[in-house]
Order: sequence, then C-alpha cells, then structure tokens
Amino acid sequence: MKYVDEFRDGHAARALAAEIAAVVQPDRQYRLMEFCGGHTHAIARYGLSALLPDNVELIHGPGCPVCVLPIGRLDGAIALTLEHGVTLCTYGDTLRVPGSGRMSLYKARAAGGDVRMVYSVDDALALARAEPQRQVVFFAIGFETTTPPTALALLTARAEGLNNFSVYANHVLTPAAMRHLLASGDGVALDGFIGPSHVSTVIGSDAYADIARDSGKPVVITGFEPLDVLIGVRMLIEQINQGRAEVENQFIRAVTATGNRKARQVVDEVFALRPVFDWRGLGEVAASALAIRPEWSAWDAEVKFGLTTHSVADNKACECGAILQGRKKPQDCKVFATVCTPDNPLGACMVSSEGACAAHYAYGRFVSKEPA
Amino acid sequence: MSIKPGYTRPLDLKHGRVDMTHGSGGRAMAQLIHELFAAEFGNEWLAQGNDQAIVPPPGGRLAVATDGHVVSPLFFPGGDIGSLAVHGTVNDLAMGGATPLYLTVGFILEEGLPLADLARIVRSLAHAAREAGVAVITGDTKVVEQGKGDGVFITTTGIGVVPDGVNLSGHLAQPGDAVLVSGMLGDHGVAILSQREGLAFAADVVSDSAALHTLAAQLIAACPSLRLMRDPTRGGLATTLNEIAVQSGVGIRLDEAAIPVRPVVRAACEFLGLDPLYCANEGKLTAICAAADAPALLAAMRAHPLGQDAAIIGEVIADPRCFVRARTPFGGERLVDWLNGEMLPRIC
Repeated sequence: MKYVDEFRDGHAARALAAEIAAVVQPDRQYRLMEFCGGHTHAIARYGLSALLPDNVELIHGPGCPVCVLPIGRLDGAIALTLEHGVTLCTYGDTLRVPGSGRMSLYKARAAGGDVRMVYSVDDALALARAEPQRQVVFFAIGFETTTPPTALALLTARAEGLNNFSVYANHVLTPAAMRHLLASGDGVALDGFIGPSHVSTVIGSDAYADIARDSGKPVVITGFEPLDVLIGVRMLIEQINQGRAEVENQFIRAVTATGNRKARQVVDEVFALRPVFDWRGLGEVAASALAIRPEWSAWDAEVKFGLTTHSVADNKACECGAILQGRKKPQDCKVFATVCTPDNPLGACMVSSEGACAAHYAYGRFVSKEPA
Repeated sequence: MSIKPGYTRPLDLKHGRVDMTHGSGGRAMAQLIHELFAAEFGNEWLAQGNDQAIVPPPGGRLAVATDGHVVSPLFFPGGDIGSLAVHGTVNDLAMGGATPLYLTVGFILEEGLPLADLARIVRSLAHAAREAGVAVITGDTKVVEQGKGDGVFITTTGIGVVPDGVNLSGHLAQPGDAVLVSGMLGDHGVAILSQREGLAFAADVVSDSAALHTLAAQLIAACPSLRLMRDPTRGGLATTLNEIAVQSGVGIRLDEAAIPVRPVVRAACEFLGLDPLYCANEGKLTAICAAADAPALLAAMRAHPLGQDAAIIGEVIADPRCFVRARTPFGGERLVDWLNGEMLPRIC
C-alpha cells in the first residue's frame, strides 16, 4: 500500500530502535503514556514494546472512546432502542460494550431492538431519508475527530427538514481528560505523553500547550503508524533528557499548530460544553464532553425522547483509574483476569482489545511468562 | 417426485416467487422438486424418489461433515450461496483426507424469494457438485414465512471415504513442524463485506470459494509426514491455528512477512479496521507437516492451480499455553489471539 507501507518499514524501525537505545539514560525510567487507542493498537500490532529498552515503558491511556463510554450512557442507548423503539445507528465496536445487568447493544438487538452498525453518520442520515416513518438515532461517540461529522449531520438534518433523525451525543474532549489524569488524586506516575494523532488534526498542537507547561510533562503529537510512534518516543526521550516539557509535533504531515478551524466552527455551532460527564474508569470529569445546544433540541435524542441517563458507578474493585494514571498495573487489580476478562469486561481498560488490561490479558501475560 | 404433473403450467422461473405452498408437501412442492431440483441434480439415487437414498457401502472409513450456510448477500463476486454450500462441505471432508462422494442438501426458503434467484442458486449448486465429483443424493425443502429467513439457508451434509493409511487430525501437530497456507488470505471475507449494505465499497476482490479435494489429494500423495489440513473459513487463519494449537497442545509462531495477502485485501482491511488473519476464506487450506518435508509440500501446493500462491508461514513450537504468535516485520512479536466476540471494525 503506497503511503502506508513506507511508515511500516522494518529496517527503518530497527534503525530507530537503535537510536532510541543510544539516547536513553540507563539510570532513569521513562514512563510514556500513549493517550489514544490508535497508538495502543499500533504498539500491540507491531510488537513495538519489544523494540524499546527495558526502562522505556509505554502506558496505555484512556483514549479509546468505546472504552470510556460510561455504563449510564450505554444504558441510555439500549433504552432508546428497546423502550422507545428507535432504529439506533452505531459504530461497530460499541456493540459488545457491557452496560448495566450484563446488557449490551448486541443483546438489545437479540431482544428485538433495531440496532444497525454504520461506518459513518452519513449512513444514518441516508436511512432517515429513505424511511421517513422510522425514527433514526445516531449514537454519537468519540473524541474531537468524530465530532465534526456529527455536527455536519445535524446541519444537514436541519437544512433538509429531516425530523425523523436525531443524535444521542456522547462526544468527549481529549485535553480535559489529560488534565483530569494529571490533576486527580495521588497524581500520575508519567514522564510524558505520546499526544493524539487524529484528534490533533482538528484541535491543533497548541491545544496542549498549557498541559505541558502546567504539568512539566512533554507532549509529542505522534502519528498512528508504527514508525511515527517510534519517532515520537525518541522525541519524548530527548525532551526528558534535556529537562524540557514542550509540545512538539511529530505528525507534521497532518497536524498544524491551530488545527482545523472550519471543523471547530461547525462543532461550536451545534455543541456546547457539558459541565460534567462520566467516564468509565475515570469517574466524573469536569467540562469533558459536549451536549447539543438547546436551539438544536429537535435533533437531540435525549430531549426528543425524554431520556434520563443515570450515573452508574464502576465496579468498586476496578482499578482502571489508577491504571490509567500509570500508578497501578493491570495485574495489581483484584478483579483482573478473574471477574474481569475480555469476554466479560468490567472496566474501561478491559472493554476494547486496545485497553491496558485487555492488552495485558492477551499480550502481556504472554511476554511476561515467555519461556527461556 | 414421481407424481406425474397434474399441473398444467410450468414454474415461472422468470417472475415467480417462492410461496408457502412450495413447502406444503402438495403439488406445488412436487413441481418445484421435479422441475428444478431433480432437473438440476439428476442422478440414479435421486431418481429413486424415495424418502432415503440407498447407496452401496464404499470401501474404507467414512467421513461425514455437515455445514449450514447463511450468507448475505446470496450472490457475491466469485460465487453464491449455492456453490458455497458445496465447497464448504466438500472441503470439510477433504481436509480429513476423504474423497467426497455424496451430498445431501436441505433448503430453507423464505416466502417471497424470486424463483429466478432460487433457480440460479440451484444451478450453481449443481454445477459445483458436478465439478467436485459429488452426487446430491437426497434433499429437503421447507418454506418459512416472509421475515423469518434471509432468502435461502442451505444445509449440506457430505459423505466421503478416507483411503487406508491416511490419518490426518488436528491433534497431530508437533514442535518443529512447518505451517503452510495454500494461497492469499482474506479474499472471501473482504469480497462479502464489499457487498454488504451500508458497507459497500469498490474493491476488486473475488471470493476464493472453491473445492479443495483435488489439491488435498495431491498434498497427501506428496507428503508422507502431513499431519493435518484445515480450511480457515469463519474466523480466518488466526482462529483455525488457535484451534489446532489447543488440539495438539503446542504453540505456533508465524512469520508475518511470509503470510500471503493480496494488496487490495490488505488495503480494504486497513480501511475498515480489520485484520486479514481473521477474515474468512472458502478456498484455502492450511497444512502442517514435518519441517524436512515442507519444501516438497510447498512444491506440491504450487503445482496445483488452487495453490499457486502457497507459502511456508511459520512453525510449530513447544508451548503448554498453546499461544499463536507472529513475528512482526519489526522484529517484535505479537499474540494472534482468539477472536473476541464478532469481528468488528475499530472506531479509532
């Protein structure tokens, strides 16, 4: 694949690994959090951890929108389809996320709910156009990357007078989650961030300036390809060695300092900040999610169907919060690999294969017990 | 079937549709069987018109396999549910070293299915059966109300005979053995996905649906140390190798760079957030043999039209945890785990 294979070249990767090995200071620990699930995926998929020196540790962050979707909001989606009889259009990987009472959208579908997997909000719009008698709700989740398309869909729905289309908005914000991780409780055991890739194309690298300044932790915006990740790691290590804590941009082929203004304008037109939002694994995070503005309430599924979402606490034994802050390891959690498994996940870190616990369940157990 | 037509008008295979009478056991059903199924499948056993087919016992051990086929869409690039229903079952027999002999076919039809579609499927099934050298010796047809089926479901059961001296089984893989595949992976899965409503994308991919019994026979002849063969259908190569690893109590280490995947399949998977190792195949097999015989087995695969892109992709290793892992082109290793739930596209 042209323009993809170039970023997955094994020889270049080994050369980069050698460079990283040459710059690390052996007497210090480098704990780097990759915020995004996309990075976690690349790291697991290409076995990047194995290429890094032992004192460079990659910590999987909360940047998987499916994983951090709180139980209460998922219950809301299930209620929309089972109680309100709507056709719920959703991205594929939300289907198996567990809600209350071991329910999921998969099980809602089996129970007679009309749940459809779509690749894009456009598919939901097309369905609403084609079947005007059907109430179509788009289950909008994701970080800043998926928010502009949802906003555009609302603009389209209003322009076309599509009154049988609405959006169940669950969009969340990356910088707010990073600030929350850095500020909460016992603090973090992190030395730097591999910064978001696609999110930053929208919000720009400047969006992290205060995070780097206030926390004293460097942030390197990094692409999702394996060579990107290795370069980002090298850049972070160099900053840490030099005692710098700046925002740097490795992903210059797509990210600018200011991001995509047009996209943000569209988002601002339709969405407003929620004062607080639940995150699975993190609990309540202030100013971390978006709600549809009141003037757009005709297309807001929460208003339209009088949906009340309840806050459902994560399992008490779940250590996702501490794991996401780098303070604990998956194996430190009492329910890890006992009550909480990939087939029956309790916490955010086990929900998606990209979560820290799921990755450790599948991959970490395997490398840590590798026979000699 | 031998009821002589009391009907006057032949089946309208152009504009007609399946209705409930086609499964009722009455004249309409007899007509459907007579004009379509018997006409297409025609053989001496079916012609007996009894509730059962009576066939002579073949020499050797019997192999029996059954497979239900539910595919959407019914027609896809490179095949349809009819040919698939033959290939799926014939391949299950062939993977055990059996020569396929007979097939039984059960149709569940949904009321409203165009008869033209049914005829096309039945002809395709008959054609695939002839090509695979199997006779459809008995069958069944049921009709379900509209909305209670997905057009057509087809269940086929195959009967074959395993020659003496052929002993292939999933529990026979040993550390040190070589792992091979007969060609490009993921074609069927991606061809189907490219046609799905809501996912439709333009990819020039054709299903690999094919009967593998002649390839299998060549491999058995060429490789005395052949331990097992398996066709990586649902769940793809990753799932099949995990099954084998558990059955044999071994681990498997793949060399990712050696696994053949078409660039267009790789690109489609990249685009959809899928992994070709988990995509279905309907005309590929994976085989395990002693390392010393691997070059001969590879040559035998490549000598067959269905094995031209064959490759040696890995080795069996000792591992009581039965992990399948892959050496990445980066020098790292990743676990190639069981599929968790259904294969779903990733959002990020």
